[in-house]
Amino acid sequence: MSERISEKLTILSDAAKYDVSCASSGSDRKNENKGLGNASNGICHAYTEDGRCVSLLKILLTNFCIYDCAYCISRKSNDIKRAAFTVQEVVDLTMNFYRRNYIEGLFLSSGIFKNADYTMERLVLVAKKLRTEHRFNGYIHLKTIPGASDELMQEAALYADRLSVNVEMPTRESLRLLAPDKNRNDMLKPMRYIDKALTQNQEEKKLFKKAPTLAPAGQSTQMVIGATPETDLQILYMSHFFYQKIHLKRVYYSGYVPVSNDNRLPAMGTPVPFIRENRLYQADWLMRFYHFRVDEIVSPQEPLLDAQIDPKLSWALRNLQLFPVDINTADYMLIMRIPGIGIQSARKICEARKFSRLGMHHLQKIGIAVNRAKYFITTSDAPVLKDYQPMQIKEFILNEGSSKYQPNFSPQLKLF
Amino acid sequence: MQTVLYDSSFEGFFTAVFEIYEYKIKDPDIQQQGAAPVSLFGGQHTVHTDIAKATRVIKKLEEKLSADAFANIYRVLLSEQPGMENVLFRYIQYALQATQSIETDYSHPDVLWIQQVVRKMGREKHRMEAFIRFLKTKDGLFYATVEPDFNVLPLIRKHFEDRYADQRWLIYDTRRKYGLYYDLHSVTEVTIDFAATLNDKASLRTLHDEQEDLYQSLWRTYFGSTNIQARRNMKLHIQHMPRRYWKYLTEKLPG
Ligand code: SF4
Repeated sequence: MSERISEKLTILSDAAKYDVSCASSGSDRKNENKGLGNASNGICHAYTEDGRCVSLLKILLTNFCIYDCAYCISRKSNDIKRAAFTVQEVVDLTMNFYRRNYIEGLFLSSGIFKNADYTMERLVLVAKKLRTEHRFNGYIHLKTIPGASDELMQEAALYADRLSVNVEMPTRESLRLLAPDKNRNDMLKPMRYIDKALTQNQEEKKLFKKAPTLAPAGQSTQMVIGATPETDLQILYMSHFFYQKIHLKRVYYSGYVPVSNDNRLPAMGTPVPFIRENRLYQADWLMRFYHFRVDEIVSPQEPLLDAQIDPKLSWALRNLQLFPVDINTADYMLIMRIPGIGIQSARKICEARKFSRLGMHHLQKIGIAVNRAKYFITTSDAPVLKDYQPMQIKEFILNEGSSKYQPNFSPQLKLF
Repeated sequence: MQTVLYDSSFEGFFTAVFEIYEYKIKDPDIQQQGAAPVSLFGGQHTVHTDIAKATRVIKKLEEKLSADAFANIYRVLLSEQPGMENVLFRYIQYALQATQSIETDYSHPDVLWIQQVVRKMGREKHRMEAFIRFLKTKDGLFYATVEPDFNVLPLIRKHFEDRYADQRWLIYDTRRKYGLYYDLHSVTEVTIDFAATLNDKASLRTLHDEQEDLYQSLWRTYFGSTNIQARRNMKLHIQHMPRRYWKYLTEKLPG
């Protein structure tokens, strides 16, 4: 029996791993019933050898699927081993892993067997059992199955911390080409429905403190990068749409890992587009935390992100007329736009300059990438550098060759 | 210079601060008793921990510092960094003299040092919360042994208490020879010497729940198959999970 479970776990985690979302944050579920767990801080309990955070038990309920999406390892036409967990097996794995401090919770997805409702019902049942029978307060992320009924969606939101539908393909055309059984509206509809339900729930919570909280960590989605010909412009405008119009908490970018010889897709062995994926995450951060507008990052004239340098540096080089910025007087919002200075350092600069005028040595101590920032700032002591051309600055920075500026392949990166 | 010796307790340190002011000790060098050889030059003053004196210092500091900055003093004292008492003393002097809050004056070397140590402690706390792996015994106790770089057990206590409220657990620091034990009601510090038991791996195994090996092996299975070979990046892997922690990680141990 233990061998069978182990085999299922191998198959069903292998099939689930191409979903790159791993976050277990954004929820504040407390352990108020003296049950097990809470969902507060989103800990990475381990890191795989590919350097990704392991925070949730990420598995499929089953990899049987009636669909045939070309980019997916579980597609109907793929000749692979199939398996299915029972509801109880998933519950037991989650509880036992959680109790040993291996995980923050469960991320459950599934191939579609029989039909959408039948599949969704089982996903919801796992979450319900965990919450009600086992008083489990850890993090639960459920994948919602496009086409499932509104009632099931609502119930899923009641037990889960986060819900997601992966659009996978950034545009309608690509979806039509690679996932002919799927229809884009079927994906957007549940997202919109949940968005409305969550907004309504927030209103209710204001009125009745005791109203149950629906999916406190909101919704997310994932787009596959590099399987289809979309530009970064198209992808980032799509993300912009998700953040603005459907209020998604996160959009994930998953560099396509070839899993098929289908001639509509990059051949097996094609390298995963790590750098591009990394640049997209950086651009995404700029939108979410640095208050950049999407049209400041990409434009019809420059629809692709620069692979050599990060999008913040790119932006600065395109806008040299705004620099140099005086560290001792400039607005916080402008300071965090300076290459080499992150949000934390920007905050520290604004705190520290209340006490004394800041010079280069202060900045160094605070932990700023001074070699990068120096082209864009003036301080109390450093001489103002002469006016370089954007290309020159780019050359200088690239030639420094410090490993810090080499692309870092982690979606959790914080380099800027 | 005068060496000021205290008993390494939190209150002891604040008593020392009080007495430095009380006796107008110039150029104090605060040390834990028994930690360093007694200075051959200058005098020596031994502090007897006095709750009343400590409380007066604490009260004063609570007026001058935010709750967070005050908690940072506590965190630094757990860091076991050489010379930490002297930095803290200078920091306290600076805070008491100042007319405005100085806790974010990162251009001051002591403020910056404290902030850096606090950051290091935070990282170690976070790693413990992430990398502790409980093993289940036959009688339902979940236990883990750790050897953190700093004395962070007091800092992780609340996290585990909140989270694992429905199971008995024990986290034992093998380097500092004490642990935290939760009995379903509250957490207490325990100082029994477990070293002998813990070193005897074979007899330890007989104490384990019958499903312990199963779940360990399932976790290893999961850890292996959730990895995407095409994305392998060992440098990043090791950066996130430094090798010195591997000995505790079920997924990093052979089955
Ligand atoms: S429906 Fe989902 S599981 Fe099925 S083939 Fe498409 S992407 Fe894969």
